[in-house]
Amino acid sequence: MKYAGLLVMPAGFLLALAALVLFADPARRTAFVICGLAVEAMGLVVAVRGHMPAKGAGRP
Amino acid sequence: MISSVPTAMVPMTPAPAAAMSEAVFALTLALLLLAPLAIAGIALINAGLGRSRSAAQALLGNLALGAIAVIVFALVGASFAGTLGTSEAAFHVAGKTWGVLGLGPFLMHGLGSATPQAQLALLFEFMAVAMAAMIPWGSGADRWRLAAGCASAAVLAGIVFPLAANWIWGGGWLAQLGANFGLGAGFLDAGGAATVHTLGGLSALALVWIAGPRRGKFPREGLSTAMPGHNAVYVLFGCLLALVGWLAWNAAGAVIWLHAPLATLPGTAINTLLSAAAALLATFTVTRVRFGKPDASLCANGWLAGLVTSTACAALATPAEAIFAGAVAGFFTPLLVEVLELAISIDDPSGAIAVHGASGLWGLVAAGFFAPQSGQLLAQLVGIAALLGLALPLVYLLFALLNRVVEFRVDPDGERIGMDLHELGGGAYPEFVIHRDESYR
Repeated sequence: MKYAGLLVMPAGFLLALAALVLFADPARRTAFVICGLAVEAMGLVVAVRGHMPAKGAGRP
Repeated sequence: MISSVPTAMVPMTPAPAAAMSEAVFALTLALLLLAPLAIAGIALINAGLGRSRSAAQALLGNLALGAIAVIVFALVGASFAGTLGTSEAAFHVAGKTWGVLGLGPFLMHGLGSATPQAQLALLFEFMAVAMAAMIPWGSGADRWRLAAGCASAAVLAGIVFPLAANWIWGGGWLAQLGANFGLGAGFLDAGGAATVHTLGGLSALALVWIAGPRRGKFPREGLSTAMPGHNAVYVLFGCLLALVGWLAWNAAGAVIWLHAPLATLPGTAINTLLSAAAALLATFTVTRVRFGKPDASLCANGWLAGLVTSTACAALATPAEAIFAGAVAGFFTPLLVEVLELAISIDDPSGAIAVHGASGLWGLVAAGFFAPQSGQLLAQLVGIAALLGLALPLVYLLFALLNRVVEFRVDPDGERIGMDLHELGGGAYPEFVIHRDESYR
C-alpha cells in the first residue's frame, strides 16, 4: 500500500505536465493540472494509510 | 532528445535584469550575511523541541548536517544546480526546451570570474541547502542517528536540492513556464518556500515514515503519549532569532531571484513581519480556544509557519495579503500538527511537516494568487505538482535505500538512555539526573 501510493504520485505529476503540452486553452490546462494534483493527493492518502500502524499491532 | 544547451539561451525570467550595481551587490551581500540567523533559529527550535537527554546530539546534528550539506553542495550540487554553469541538460519536447539539470563545472570552478549576481545566487543557495538539510533533523529527534542524518544531508545536498534549485532558480523548466507557456513569470520562489521549506518538510515526512515513531509515543491502547519539548525558552528565542534571519533572507531573495528594486525591500520586510505576526496571533487564538490556554510550542510553530509562508509571497503581496496568508498558516498549523499526531500516528517532534511542508505549499499557492501576472497561479500549481509528485517519492526512495546502508534508527537501548549518552558519551546537561521514563515501563 505504501509503495503503491508513492508510485501513483508521479502519475499525477505527469498528468499536470501533459496538460501543459496538450492544451493551449487556459481553462483546460488548469482543469488538467488540478486533476493531476488530485491524483497526487490520492496517492499521498494511500501512502499515509499504508504507513499507519495497524490497530492493535505492536508498536516500537 | 536530451541535449546540452547554453543557459544564456534560456533566461530565468521574461525580462532579464540589468547588471547589478555595486550598491545593490553590497546590500544584498550584507543581507545574506545575516541570513544564517534563520538557520540558528531553526537549530535552537529543533534542540528545544526534543528531549533533554538528546539536546547536545540535536544541536551538534544541526551543525554537522549543515556542514555536510554545504561541502557536498560545493563538490557536486552547485554544478547540478547550474548557478555558475554555462550549459544545461535539456529535453526538447513540443517545440520547447525543458532544462532539467545544470552542467556547470565541479568544485565551483570559475567562481571568481562569475558575475556578482551569480556569486550572490550561489551564496544564497549555500544558505538554502544548509537549512533544507536541517529541517528533517528536528523531525527525527530522539531516534535518528547522527551518521544517518549526515548521510541523508549528503543525499539532499548532492541530488535532490540541486535538481529543485536548477528547475526553479537556475533557468530550468519550472522557471521557463512563463517564457514557454505564458504562465506568468514562471514558477516564483523568491525565498526558498519550495526549494528549502517544502522540500525539507517532505523530506521530514519521508524520514518519519522510514524511522518510525519514538518508543512509547503511540501505545497499544489509548491516545498518543505527550512528549513535550525540553526547553520552551530555546524554542521561543529561536523564533526571535529566526525572524532576523528571515527578514534578511526574504529581502536578499527578492533582489537575487526577482530582481526587485531596492525601494521594494522595506515592503518585503514589513510583509515578512506581518505574516509571522498574523500567524502567531491566529495560532495563539486557536490554541487558547482549544486548550483553554495558549500553547507555547504550538505558538512557536505558528510563528515559524508565518515566516515560511512569507518566503514565497512577501515580495509579491500587499501588507493586507501578507496578513491574510500568515493568518491562514497560523490557523491551520496547530490543527494539522494535531491531525498528524492523533489521526495518522506521525511522530514529528519539531512539527516540520506542518510548519515547513504545508506552510511552504500554502505560501506558494498564495504567491500565485497575489502575483500580478496572469497565469501565475497555474505556474505555481505546476511547481507544487512537481514537488509532491516527484520530490517526495524521490526522497523516500533515496532515504529507504540509505536506510539499508546506514540504519536510520538508533537501537532501543540508545533511545532509552538518550542520544547524548549513546552517541556522544556525555549529556548536554551533565548535572541533571535523567529520570525514569514512564513510557518505558
